[in-house]
Amino acid sequence: MAEQVTMNQDGTAAVESDGVRRRDFINIAAVSFAGVGGASVLIPLITQMAPSKDVLAQASTEVDVSAVQPGQAIKTVWRKQPMFIRNLTPEEISAADKVDVASLRDPQSLADRTLPGKTNWLVTLGVCTHLGCVPLGAAAGEVKGEFGGYFCPCHGSHYDTAARIRKGPAPKNLEVPEYEFLSDTVIKIG
Amino acid sequence: MSFSWAKHYEPKSDLTKWLDERLPLPRLVYGAIGGGYPVPRNLNYFWNFGVLAGIALVIQIVTGIIMAMHYAPNALVAFDSTEHIMRDVNWGWMLRYAHANGASFFFIVVYIHIFRGLYFSSYKAPREMIWLLGLVIFLLMMATAFMGYVLPWGQMSFWGAKVITGLFGAIPLVGEPIQTWLLGGFAPDNAALNRFFSLHYLLPFVIAGVVILHIWALHIPGSSNPTGVEVKSESDTVPFHPYYTAKDGFGLGVFLILFCSVLFFAPNALGHPDNYIPANPLSTPAHIVPEWYFWPFYAILRAFTFDFFIVPAKLLGVLAMFASILLLFFLPWLDRSPVRSGNYRPLFRTFFIILVLDVLLLGYLGGAPAEEPYVMLSQLASAYYFAHFLIILPIISKIEKPKPLPFSITEAVLGKDSSGSVGGPALQPAE
Repeated sequence: MAEQVTMNQDGTAAVESDGVRRRDFINIAAVSFAGVGGASVLIPLITQMAPSKDVLAQASTEVDVSAVQPGQAIKTVWRKQPMFIRNLTPEEISAADKVDVASLRDPQSLADRTLPGKTNWLVTLGVCTHLGCVPLGAAAGEVKGEFGGYFCPCHGSHYDTAARIRKGPAPKNLEVPEYEFLSDTVIKIG
Repeated sequence: MSFSWAKHYEPKSDLTKWLDERLPLPRLVYGAIGGGYPVPRNLNYFWNFGVLAGIALVIQIVTGIIMAMHYAPNALVAFDSTEHIMRDVNWGWMLRYAHANGASFFFIVVYIHIFRGLYFSSYKAPREMIWLLGLVIFLLMMATAFMGYVLPWGQMSFWGAKVITGLFGAIPLVGEPIQTWLLGGFAPDNAALNRFFSLHYLLPFVIAGVVILHIWALHIPGSSNPTGVEVKSESDTVPFHPYYTAKDGFGLGVFLILFCSVLFFAPNALGHPDNYIPANPLSTPAHIVPEWYFWPFYAILRAFTFDFFIVPAKLLGVLAMFASILLLFFLPWLDRSPVRSGNYRPLFRTFFIILVLDVLLLGYLGGAPAEEPYVMLSQLASAYYFAHFLIILPIISKIEKPKPLPFSITEAVLGKDSSGSVGGPALQPAE
C-alpha cells in the first residue's frame, strides 16, 4: 500500500492509498453501522407477531376415548384447532388397505398414519389441507364424501377412511399430529 | 403542471393574502379541485366515479372512527360489542350499517372507475402512473376490507380469516410459518383479531395518502376524456369549478339516493346471515364465501382443482388469483394501440363488453357452491380473463383499424363547423 501525502490548496494534508480515501472508509463504516443497527431493530418488530408464550403453552392435550365405539368419531381441540379422533370399523380399515398407495396424491398407507397395534384409531387434525376449513364427517349424520371419510364443504375436497385426500383441490392428507397412548383409553396429543 | 391558460389563485382579502404568503394551502386546493384546474369539456358521467370513490373513503373513515369508540377488539367480547353498537349505542345501528354497506358501495364505484379506465384506456401514456397508483389503492382496499370483515368475529369473519390466511400456507416451504406468523397462533384467535383491528384502522389513512399521489399524478397530464384526444387549446377545457363540481354534485346526489335506499331498506342484503352467529372454531359454515366484491377473484382461486406438472392445485389457485390483479400492472404495456378511447376501436369495444360479462360471470360463480357445473364454468371464465389481457388485447392492437379520430375535443363536441373556434375565446363560468 503506497501511501502518498499531498498538500491540498488550503494547506491540509490528504492521504491517498490506491484511490480509497480515509473519508470513504469512514462513510462506509458509519452507514454500515447504522444499517446493521437499524436492521436489528426490525427483529423485535417482526417477531412480536409470532405466537406468544401463552399460545405456545397450550401445546399438548389429553383426551379420554373410552366412549368412542367403532364407527364413531369425536371432535376435540388442540392448539385452538379441531382434532378428529375416529375409531375405524373393520370394513373401513379394509377399505383403506385395499387402495393402491402409489395411486394416491399424497401416498401413505393406513399403517403409516396410525400407531402400531392401534390401526383402528385414526387421529388427525380437523383442518382441510386446502384452505383450513373443518371437514364434515366426524359427527353423526354429517356427509362423509364419496370415499366414506371426510368431506370439506368449502371447496369440495373428499378424504377416504384413512383421511387421505382422494378428490378435490386439497394437496395433502389430513395431518396426523404427534400423539401417544398414555393408557388404552387416553391419548396425549402434542 | 396543468395548462398555460390555467387561472391563478388570487387572494382577495387581507387574511387570505397573509395566509398565501405563509402557507399557500388555498392556492393548492384552487389549483387541484378549483377554478385553477382546466378539465376537458366533454367528460361524461363515467368521470364522476373518482370523486365518488373519494367520498366513499370519507364515509368509511368517519363511520369507522366512530365505531372504534364503541368496539372492543378482543375475541371474548368482539361479537358482543358489535351487537352493543347495533342495539345500545345511539344511532349505532345506522353507523354500522353505513360502514358495512359503505364498503360495498366503495367497491361498486371503484369497479366502475376501473372499467371506465379500461374502456377509455386511461392507463396509456402519459397516464401510466395514475393507473399503477390506482391499482395500489385497490390492493390496499382489498386488504382493509378483508380485515374489517373479521372484526365482528362472527362465523364468516372467523372462517374468512382462516381461509384467506390459509392462502399464504400454499407457498412452498415458508408458507405455514408465514401463516402462523400472520395469525400469531395456529388458528385465528385474539392475537389475529387485535392486529387486524390495528391495521384496519391504519390502512384507510395509507389509502388516503396514495389517493393524494393518484391525484397529483393525474394533474400532471390532466384528466383524460371520452374521445381520448389530448387537450389542444383553451377551448377544449372548462375550469373544474364550477363545471365539474356541479356535475360531480349531481352524481353524488344519485349515489347517496342509492346508498341510502340500501342502508335504510335492505341493510343486510349484501351480507351473510351466518355472520350473526358468533365465531365457532369447531364448525365451518356450510357455504363459505367472502363478501361479494371478492367473488370474481374467489372464482379464479377455486378454478384450479388439478395439479399441473409438480405445482399443486392449491398453489396454482393462489398464484392465479394474485396474478389476475398483478396482471393489470402490466396493462399499459400490453395494449399497444395508439388510440385510447374504445369509442373509436370497434373490435376492442366488442371484446371489452365480453370481458365485462366474463367478470360478472366470475362474480356469480365465486358466490356459487363448489360443485359442477360452477367449477367447470369458473375454469373457462378464468381462462378467458387471462386470455383477454395476454392474447386478445395485444392482437387487437395489431390488427384493428380504428375509426377516424376528431381533430380536437372542441370539434368532437360542437362538430366540424366550429373547429375554427379552436384557440378562440374560452368558455367562462356562468356568473
